[in-house]
Amino acid sequence: MNRNTIYFLLITAAILFLVMLNLALGTIHIPFRDVWGILLGRNDASQLIWENIVWKSRFPQTVTALVAGAGLSISGLQMQTVFRNPLAGPSELGVSSGASLGVATIILLSGTIGGAALSRMGFVGEVAITVSAIVGAMAVMAIILTISQRVRGNVVLLILGVMIGYIATAIIGVLKFFSNDEDVRSYVIWGLGSFSKVSGNQVYTFVVAMVVLIPLSFLLIKTLNLMLLGDNYARNLGLNVKRARFAVIACSCVLTAIVTAYCGPIVFLGLAVPHLCRTLFTTSNHIVLMPAVTLTGAALALFCNLVARMPGFEGALPINSVTALIGAPIVISVLFGKRRSELN
Amino acid sequence: MQKNTIELRDLAIGYRNRQGVRTVAQGISAHIFSGELTCLLGANGIGKSTLLRTLSAFQPKLSGQIFIQGTEIASYSEQSLATLVSVVLTEKLDIRNMSVRELVALGRSPYTGFWGKLMPDDQAAIDRAIALVRIEGLAHRMVHTLSDGERQKAMIAKALAQDTPIIFLDEPTAFLDFPSKVEMMQLLHRLSRATHKTIFLSTHDLELALQIADKIWLMDDRAPIRVGTPEDLSLNGDLSGFFARKGILFDRETGLFRVENDFDRQVRLVGHGQRYAMIRKALLRNRIFAARGIDSPICVEVVDNRIRISHCEGSLVWCDSIEELLGELVHNKLYHV
Repeated sequence: MNRNTIYFLLITAAILFLVMLNLALGTIHIPFRDVWGILLGRNDASQLIWENIVWKSRFPQTVTALVAGAGLSISGLQMQTVFRNPLAGPSELGVSSGASLGVATIILLSGTIGGAALSRMGFVGEVAITVSAIVGAMAVMAIILTISQRVRGNVVLLILGVMIGYIATAIIGVLKFFSNDEDVRSYVIWGLGSFSKVSGNQVYTFVVAMVVLIPLSFLLIKTLNLMLLGDNYARNLGLNVKRARFAVIACSCVLTAIVTAYCGPIVFLGLAVPHLCRTLFTTSNHIVLMPAVTLTGAALALFCNLVARMPGFEGALPINSVTALIGAPIVISVLFGKRRSELN
Repeated sequence: MQKNTIELRDLAIGYRNRQGVRTVAQGISAHIFSGELTCLLGANGIGKSTLLRTLSAFQPKLSGQIFIQGTEIASYSEQSLATLVSVVLTEKLDIRNMSVRELVALGRSPYTGFWGKLMPDDQAAIDRAIALVRIEGLAHRMVHTLSDGERQKAMIAKALAQDTPIIFLDEPTAFLDFPSKVEMMQLLHRLSRATHKTIFLSTHDLELALQIADKIWLMDDRAPIRVGTPEDLSLNGDLSGFFARKGILFDRETGLFRVENDFDRQVRLVGHGQRYAMIRKALLRNRIFAARGIDSPICVEVVDNRIRISHCEGSLVWCDSIEELLGELVHNKLYHV
């Protein structure tokens, strides 16, 4: 059996195991056997509380982590390839900042101007946050895409994305300054990121959107492989570079925008997972890398979610702290590993 | 046998931007033939790369016409041009974790389907390309571990896998050491014969181009592009005029360039063969012109494997190497001519 096939099987097994752990572990421990029973729908009156925990809380959270991790990793891989920059990630083009700005505007202004704190509005508030995040992200994406058709160099575009990020952060700072403490607090909590705040039916909207978008992004595999060679070689091999760049950036931005809207800005997953996969599978071929980052991203997000919810922590740690604590060492070790293999 | 695959008619190349039009070169009319190695020579900044970029359809021409296989270049779609023209560029690829075979396989992209899956035909074309460039041993190496020359060969294999009748190369010999330069040019010449492709490249390596190219294009700012075999260009004086600069001498006998050395002393040199030529060369570097027909107070003679310096007063000095001779003639005031 091919070495890559073994890796794929191992990662798939890891995902299944992590899903079970995510369902079983937490402040209340549920034995594996009972988790199975609940999943398979065996009704047992004594397990009603457990059933509620699994179906209302842990299962939505697990599925959210699964698809969010996959989506962000694909987005990161696409960014790194299109910009041919190992430091590019979903947040680098200012898309997450755009989403943050959208959310900040609606959370912070609703209290100050509307006189009603959004955090108290329940379901309507949640939908409002999601919509504003998507609007903010799409606005930035529209700017980036328009400019991507005008400028030739990718570096200019990357710098522009970073600058848009700074501007968004600055505006958020101003908004915070004029807002009341309660709103600022709820914005800060949104900014910490979480796989668990997506509640009720919203989870399934999110999951369905991602389940449609992720396979769609697989359609760009050949385009991404050609882009590895740089604009000129890609064009010479028959690729319409402008159109391709538009498609890849749009795909990557939409994935980031939706994940950010539902989970908050999650850092490092999108940056770390592609690096990890390139080293693990020793290839740049996207026909291998795309499924690889999808699965690895899902697995890593599940693992981070598990760590954030480790028994002993009251409630849950902010997911961003966990992804950074796990993601940064991965990037560092991959960089050092590279150095070593170059010497040999 | 040879047919012209590319025809340029009154072509003007350059850049168009908001400030206006900057013409790099104009009035270019020429043909490029199949089964030939054509070299484009010219100084830095004269527009060699611009010409290659225009011919590869990376940038639009300013005016005139470019016909590729009888059809105007602008009327080809990107897809069909990809099966006609392949390029090897100077830009250094920054690809990690990609094997040489995978890189060459990307050359098949214009022929592969939506997912880029390689069919048996594609695999065969890749094997053929790798074999033609003779890099079978590198096929499984990672591209980022290759030397400059090896990477250049891999890119040529990619271009061959693309299976186009035309290959453009932008300075394929840059960054290579001398033996690799020679090997590269010989490889391209061999390919032009073996595959009957049209190979057109720009280079700064005059000597190599003059010895290996079938056709030379001379590009400078004084006259339109001049085209011909290296031999014709040297006979009609185009080549010597082309690089007519102080310090460079075009040797019509060999059809090659050499560095010009002024001299301020003359000495009589008797002998023949390689040792004679080498002594002449060494003395000329030291500003001493040596020849048979010169009358000078001292005479240098090649006797078997040794060199004899005889003075008109009758003294004799024997030297075993040119280094010793130079020591006597150049550094010893006694023999000052």
